[in-house]
Amino acid sequence: MLKGGAIMDVTNAEQAKIAEDAGACAVMALERIPADIRRDGGVARMSDPEMIQNIKNTVSIPVMAKCRIGHFAEAQILQTLEVDFIDESEVLTPADEANHIYKRDFKVPFVCGATNLGEALRRIGEGAAMIRTKGEAGSGNIVEAVRHMRALQNEMQRLTTLGREQLMAVARDLGAPYDLVCYVAEHGRLPVPNFSAGGIATPADAALVRQLGAEAVFVGSGIFKSEDPEARATAIVKATTHYDNPDILLEVSRGLQAGMKGLEMSDIPDSERLADRGW
Amino acid sequence: MKCLIFLTASVWLTEAGKRSEPMENIVGVLALQGAYQKHIDMLHALGVSAQSVRQPHQLTDCSALIIPGGESTTISLLIQEYGLYEPIKTFADSLPVMGVCAGLIMLASEVDDVRIKPLELMPFKAIRNHYGRQLHSFTADIKLNFDHSNKFFHAPFIRAPGTTQLSPEIEVLATHNDKAVMLSTGRHLALSFHPELTNDSRIHQYWLNRFCQ
Repeated sequence: MLKGGAIMDVTNAEQAKIAEDAGACAVMALERIPADIRRDGGVARMSDPEMIQNIKNTVSIPVMAKCRIGHFAEAQILQTLEVDFIDESEVLTPADEANHIYKRDFKVPFVCGATNLGEALRRIGEGAAMIRTKGEAGSGNIVEAVRHMRALQNEMQRLTTLGREQLMAVARDLGAPYDLVCYVAEHGRLPVPNFSAGGIATPADAALVRQLGAEAVFVGSGIFKSEDPEARATAIVKATTHYDNPDILLEVSRGLQAGMKGLEMSDIPDSERLADRGW
Repeated sequence: MKCLIFLTASVWLTEAGKRSEPMENIVGVLALQGAYQKHIDMLHALGVSAQSVRQPHQLTDCSALIIPGGESTTISLLIQEYGLYEPIKTFADSLPVMGVCAGLIMLASEVDDVRIKPLELMPFKAIRNHYGRQLHSFTADIKLNFDHSNKFFHAPFIRAPGTTQLSPEIEVLATHNDKAVMLSTGRHLALSFHPELTNDSRIHQYWLNRFCQ
């Protein structure tokens, strides 16, 4: 029951407690937040189960953890650890350059990133229970999350205007399962919840993606890379709930300390773009 | 005028043989976090007006309230942050409230977790995550005591809360493994599972017919 909530990246029990006290509806347990993964380079892997367990012991809200794209053995370990959700994430270094995990083999629900409708439907076809925009993790820049959310919404909208005879060609062009294309054409939305992630750093960012159709938001580096994690976490939770109320957005945006510095997209070399990982 | 509309709608609903038809009453759905949209969708499908409630003044238009499932720590916190605690309690003095999952926790008089400040509208104790973590979520076929069709309700339990220390005045409307999972005080209704995630509107219809007139 994550809808309408904020899910926060945390790297230790203390941060998890801050997130829970601020009203986060779940935490993502990981050893390094995306901004640090980006800075450090090297291979990023699943976090130490011991560290995830500590966070599970600290908070009562759901705990998510990330595995590498295609790394089903990491996912098996996380499921056995009884994390509440697995994020098959482009933030970690991909383990398989052709295949994502066949998520229907698992009982624990998966969330997967997508940059467009075809990618979203492929992940759902593999069994993802939730989709999120990839955005550009660790950038503190909302522009990619907005691009991905708009791409998804525009493509879904377009499908609702097409005739049945056009849908097989759409499935071919998108590289997406035909039955899921038909579902979107009929309902104008994904058959699973649609969240947003990647670059959310302020209450206004959270409100923006919510107004663009995100049912919940992931906040990665934005909180614990800022100068006032507690206040910012609380403000983002409130902005996620009251996303369409400018009076409240104004109130919660006031007086926060500096946010994370953030990166201009043109400063990130193509080879370091996380959103390009996954297929 | 408002009274008249209310009365007319009630009579009309009764005369219509408790079918799902439009009525003037607006059901509020607390929309701080969680599965509020699914409740609004189901109410609309039943021809009932519904609106989301995020601030106290939005309660004044409503004649009934649903507190949906979600994270109870988040919902409890936001209820207090936005000054909804007392207004919901006052609302509940005369009008019906249905609590689902986290909403059940909020309706209880006591919770096994100090992070939650329940509204104390129903005399029982709620146990958070009684049925385990996400991985242990399940659906169960349960019998609805009020429904004589003998058709099971396919009930999704998601990190569901348990109930204990029920006061004698509580009416149990459904059980799972001898534990009350749907209970009522006559005015309010609490459920451990999520009827809004099914295509089966019997529980919402029952609530509207019995509690919301």
